[in-house]
Amino acid sequence: MTMFLRSVSAEFAKIFTTRLWWILAIVLFGYIGLLAGGLAALFAGIQTGVISPDAVNTGGGPTDFGSLPPLIYSFASSVGYVFPVLLGALATTGEFRHQTLTPTFLATPRRGLVLGAKTVTLVLIGAGFGVVALAASVGIGGGVLSAFGVDALLQGAETWLLVARTLLAMGLWAAIGVGLGALVPNQVASIVIVLAFTQFVEPLLRLAASFLEVTAKIGNFLPGAASDALVGASVFTMASPAGTAPLDWWQGGLVLLGYALIATVIGYAVSWKRDVT
Amino acid sequence: MSTGAVIEFTSISKRFGGVAAVKDLSFTVEPGRVTGFLGPNGAGKTTSLRILLGLVAASSGTATFGGVRYRDLPHPLKTVGAALEAASFHPGRTARDHLGVYAIAAGLPRTRVMEVLTLVGLAAHAAQRVGGYSLGMRQRLGLAYALLGDPGVLVLDEPINGLDPEGIRWIRGFLRDMAAEGRTVLVSSHLLSEVQQSVDDVVIIARGELVHLGPLSSLDTDAAPQTIVESPDREALAAALTAAGITFSIGRTGLLAATGDPALLGHLAFTAGVELSVLHRQKAGLEDSFLALVGGGHTL
Repeated sequence: MTMFLRSVSAEFAKIFTTRLWWILAIVLFGYIGLLAGGLAALFAGIQTGVISPDAVNTGGGPTDFGSLPPLIYSFASSVGYVFPVLLGALATTGEFRHQTLTPTFLATPRRGLVLGAKTVTLVLIGAGFGVVALAASVGIGGGVLSAFGVDALLQGAETWLLVARTLLAMGLWAAIGVGLGALVPNQVASIVIVLAFTQFVEPLLRLAASFLEVTAKIGNFLPGAASDALVGASVFTMASPAGTAPLDWWQGGLVLLGYALIATVIGYAVSWKRDVT
Repeated sequence: MSTGAVIEFTSISKRFGGVAAVKDLSFTVEPGRVTGFLGPNGAGKTTSLRILLGLVAASSGTATFGGVRYRDLPHPLKTVGAALEAASFHPGRTARDHLGVYAIAAGLPRTRVMEVLTLVGLAAHAAQRVGGYSLGMRQRLGLAYALLGDPGVLVLDEPINGLDPEGIRWIRGFLRDMAAEGRTVLVSSHLLSEVQQSVDDVVIIARGELVHLGPLSSLDTDAAPQTIVESPDREALAAALTAAGITFSIGRTGLLAATGDPALLGHLAFTAGVELSVLHRQKAGLEDSFLALVGGGHTL
């Protein structure tokens, strides 16, 4: 046990002694703050009539977005999830790229324990990224909603449940990143996969899947959809035409956990336990 | 410091795909001595050391420290210190943080980090990012990592590569000191001349196989001794040698006589009345024996 705890603190030290974590955290905060603040202003403006519906090309779509706060707050995970994935993937692939697996495995020869320690560490730091993302979506987005006279629902238990589930989702995404990094140790390839999948492939798949009921059920198991189900709200579910019910929050959480476990276990076998040359 | 343990390779073999990198390698390395692990590049030195340290899985055979495999050591960094290549670090991390990470992982006191940085002469650069380090500084940082746990066994792969002359002199003394303290010191090199001043024993491999094992002096076989002899009157000297039945060849600095006995040649010249300008025994180079053992000329 002490060996595991030492390994976890060493993994924390690895993250916090390089610059990547705070660069990603700053970009995350800025990105989510801009998006949540901007869209909070737009939606709240339309909903409260400050912005005339005639001025907006909604294509005959809704001008009532339902309860705005959860939608705005969920940007923390529905858009921000790529950041913990990147941090996790870079933490793992960096070990291959900079050949630091050698000193790591010399200091702690039990490799499974090291990978476990890395996962635990990144789950906690991923949740920390969740705090940063929520500070942006709730702090800035909620502030803008209040400015438009929309109740930011900061007293509501629902809001704080969403906050808690967002932290869990962000932690699990970081674990998926660790697993992916072990699965695809080439750092450039790993980054390309993360960006292409999260920004392009999965949104398209979710959209395509949503048109038929049967594919929509399968689409619910895509990692992004599972994450949104866990958090309980997302701009993507709002945009889904077929209207199939998403997974329950706990099912979404288990699906995410499943992705993380599968990627990590396969990654352990294909790269982590191999010869370090 | 933990006491030096005996390193034991027992029938280690390693195949990468269809290629045999190491073949049935067995030898032991004793504490209190510096052992040179020599062979041309590609002979399998690094692979053997990585197998010893549990980083590469052997296809067959075992390698142990005092009978214990690396991965079964209760305190690996306190038992064995290893420096493998000069580039095992994140370039954005400072030297102090780099060592700090592994001190935490191994449960070593953080004060040890500055101690080892001071020991290798990097204290002034402790807060510098390692990406800005020169090759020589990286070698020293690798050595600092090896020393973190004050181990009784040191395993160093090509530690002299990239060091400046002052650094080379320093590390030679350092290796001798480590062995004098009773530690086991195993140092690899592809150049015998790099380490011949500091090693007691040599283990020589070529093409993955053991070709020679023994004290450094065992390389000094002197199978074909030669003496350089030269005279202002080279023809008279040549005639005297021929008359005495001593074969010779003509070298750049004189005649290379096939004898290891300069006194004999001096006497010969004296009795023949030939004046000598050069007379010295050609030291049969350890390097020559080394090259002959590893197959000659393949040092690059």
